[in-house]
Amino acid sequence: MLQVENLTVYYQTLKGQVRALENASFTLANGEIMGLAGETGCGKTTLGHSLIRLAPPMVHIGGRVLLNGQELPLADMQKMDAYRFTDISIIPQYAMNALNPIRKIGQMTEELLRARKADVKAVTAELKDRLEMVKLPQEVLNMYPIELSGGMKQRMVMVLSTLLNPELLIADEITSALDVASQRAVAEMLVEFRNQHCCNSVIFITHDISILYQIADSILIMYAGQLAEKASTETIIRSPRHPYTRLLISALPEIGVRYSDKRLTGIPGKTPLLLNPPQGCRFRERCPLAFEKCAEVPPFIEIEPGHFAACWKETGSHA
Amino acid sequence: MLKLDHVSKIYKTGTFGGKELHAVNDVSFEIPDGEVVSLIGESGSGKSTIGKMILRLIGITRGTIELDGVNVGALKGSELKEYYRKVQGVFQDPFSSYNPIFKADRIFQVIHDEFYPHVDAHAWADRVEDALKDGGLNPEHVLHKYPHQLSGGQLQRFLIARALLLDIKFLVADEIISMLDASTRIDVLNLLADLKKRGLSILFITHDLSLANYISEQAVILYRGCTAERGITEKIFNQPLHPYTQMLIASVPRLDRKWDSEISVETKAAPLGAVNGCVYAARCPLAFERCKQRPPEVQVEPGHYVACWKVTEK
Amino acid sequence: MKALKQKNEFLYFALRNRKLQIGLGVILFFVLLAAFGPLLTDYGPFDYVNPTGPVPPSSKYWLGTTFFGQDVFTQVVMGLRATFMIAVLGGGIATLTGMLLGFLAGYRGGMLDEIINALTNIVLVIPTMAVLLIIAAYLQVRSLWMESILIGLTSWPWAARAIRAQTFSLRTRDFVDMARMSGESSFKIIFSEIAPNMMSYLVMTFILQFGGAVLNAATLDFIGLGPTNAISLGLIMQYAMMWGALQFGMWWWFVPPGLAVTLIVGALYSMNVGLDEVFNPKLREM
Repeated sequence: MLQVENLTVYYQTLKGQVRALENASFTLANGEIMGLAGETGCGKTTLGHSLIRLAPPMVHIGGRVLLNGQELPLADMQKMDAYRFTDISIIPQYAMNALNPIRKIGQMTEELLRARKADVKAVTAELKDRLEMVKLPQEVLNMYPIELSGGMKQRMVMVLSTLLNPELLIADEITSALDVASQRAVAEMLVEFRNQHCCNSVIFITHDISILYQIADSILIMYAGQLAEKASTETIIRSPRHPYTRLLISALPEIGVRYSDKRLTGIPGKTPLLLNPPQGCRFRERCPLAFEKCAEVPPFIEIEPGHFAACWKETGSHA
Repeated sequence: MLKLDHVSKIYKTGTFGGKELHAVNDVSFEIPDGEVVSLIGESGSGKSTIGKMILRLIGITRGTIELDGVNVGALKGSELKEYYRKVQGVFQDPFSSYNPIFKADRIFQVIHDEFYPHVDAHAWADRVEDALKDGGLNPEHVLHKYPHQLSGGQLQRFLIARALLLDIKFLVADEIISMLDASTRIDVLNLLADLKKRGLSILFITHDLSLANYISEQAVILYRGCTAERGITEKIFNQPLHPYTQMLIASVPRLDRKWDSEISVETKAAPLGAVNGCVYAARCPLAFERCKQRPPEVQVEPGHYVACWKVTEK
Repeated sequence: MKALKQKNEFLYFALRNRKLQIGLGVILFFVLLAAFGPLLTDYGPFDYVNPTGPVPPSSKYWLGTTFFGQDVFTQVVMGLRATFMIAVLGGGIATLTGMLLGFLAGYRGGMLDEIINALTNIVLVIPTMAVLLIIAAYLQVRSLWMESILIGLTSWPWAARAIRAQTFSLRTRDFVDMARMSGESSFKIIFSEIAPNMMSYLVMTFILQFGGAVLNAATLDFIGLGPTNAISLGLIMQYAMMWGALQFGMWWWFVPPGLAVTLIVGALYSMNVGLDEVFNPKLREM
């Protein structure tokens, strides 16, 4: 359904270009919920946003994206407009704070639909069904954003973003600012949307891997702008192959694990600055398995059916 | 040890200050020497408020906080300054804890000028280096830099090193790792656990149950200013009794099992404003008549206290 | 190193900001004129140099002469000096008073804040003109100093309010809490933690007060409450009006001083907007 080929996006700054996303290649199947995870500066937000709004200071350096076989005019803001909201939709971070505080929600929805030249009557009927699905009362349309809780606002934004049944839904850290109960509700709702065909596939950007374990079909791990590993959720959590993924998973404290029983370790060092990133694999400096070949960028290739990794140590026999 | 005795923080709200907001509502617990106590709660639970009251950054409306028998709320002037030799805090956002126009190590200079003015520069530099090493930092890499040149993890360790310079007995750690990356979080957490072995007591404020479970001996679960459940961490996590604690543990995403679809997660918006009776009643699936009165804390087993009528009625 | 880079970053943008360049250029021009202008003329401002009375600008009298035959150029150039002096003094007094009261109110809060607020409101509400008229009635001789002080003591409320608001918001920042836990006194916190973080704000406040003082002085002079023993731009305009410059078409008498005031104040506001863009990265056009 979605094919990303060698997508490279940099940020233009005063001091030069920040190489935020380097040669990203992966595919998304119909109905797949893919978690896009990584730490600060890994490029997940860049990847997510470049699929829908590649605006300055982002610069499209190379690569292409195909949605159902059609190439997307990523760098052309105007042409992309035809796809936004109808084919590709995004729930940005802090979206719940982006609801216009002086507009009733129903009013805002209508304005949004009109701006998208959608059939307001037809969609409004659908809207009522959606509200029921996310367990929001119909009265919500008559309320102002301030009357809703954080979780309710988040669910409302989810309804709005998927109103026109987009093919691809990008969810950018939609659970990060919520309390634990709302997080679960929002995450489960996302799965429900996919199940009810309100959207086709989902890219769920987050730094919280445990939420991905609960709802994602597959997980794509990124590090410093490069793709590290992609596989089914079970594989990533239980049997990761990339050294970074392994170290990351083992650094996560779990309920049931106590310091006195088992002392966890983190990953020493820092993520490299991307203004002038190191050559080759960017995890090299912190990797316990690094060797000479790592000075070359390892290709992101399939080491097992459906399991991709970019690591010379892992792909040595296949390269 | 630090003791909170029926502590409350009440704000006056409303047009003419007629209404009251109980950010912290009659909370009592103790932090013994050399132990880590986790204060667990979500936003609006009052956990940060308690931290700030202990640090004397905001006033205590009712109740007392005592450090080794001395009333913290009554300290003034030089007594308060002495208090800061024993008690310090580290906050959530590493970058906003530093004055952006100065270098990061200025914080050590301030400690020198305020608390150790008689120590000469050379000896002080040695002390700073030792404190940095204790905090897991390499002095060469982190001195003479501006906050923006250091990472979040380094900045938090810097602040811990500052606290160590003062040779404190008690540290308030308010969500200190929630803004750090997963790979560095555990290192700072391990640092705290190591310091605990040296006799430091820590109030570990967090919303993340797995962190609390990892590091603390005791836990206090707060909901909207009131204690729901408290006691020895293992007992609480193995057998959570308060409906709120049960909901929390059921909703936290884990890596070892999926969410239990049997347990429903109530997501009704809790009403704002003052609540009479149990603060959790509006969201609680087990609420009944009695809950119109505020439930007292009852010991259900040694080292395990719950404030819930349903639990204590048995 | 980073603060140096940050200062350089500000300098980089400052030197390239159009509004700042224009504003600074205009002010510099007038400052140089005020400094060196008097050296270019042989006359005093009140000397009756032209026996024929008023004449339009010529090569001898660059800006012409007044009704009484005084050289307008000399008057304008000397008047500029007076205007700048009032602006620096008056603006300075207003800014300093505003800083003192604003910092105290913003940082301490509570009762002190209430008292200072009340004081600010009272001073704001008092009709400045009425007060000045009354004072003028009692003072036979008014000097530039008096005018500066009066302006300074009546225009600080705006600065105090603005500084209080900024201090309020900075006071809740974590690093201020850290400073409190380091045992720093309130005084030390205000001046070594909070004020340096507001430098850009304080500079802009001063610039606005400077401009405001120029306008205030010009207004006061124009209605006849100006200094009795000096010449300023406003006074020139007052004399021009009193002696029928408008009716007789002696444009060279009232246009130059009026233009000077307008240009100076306009330049100051332009600098202010430019500085805002320099200090606030979000406003910059990349």
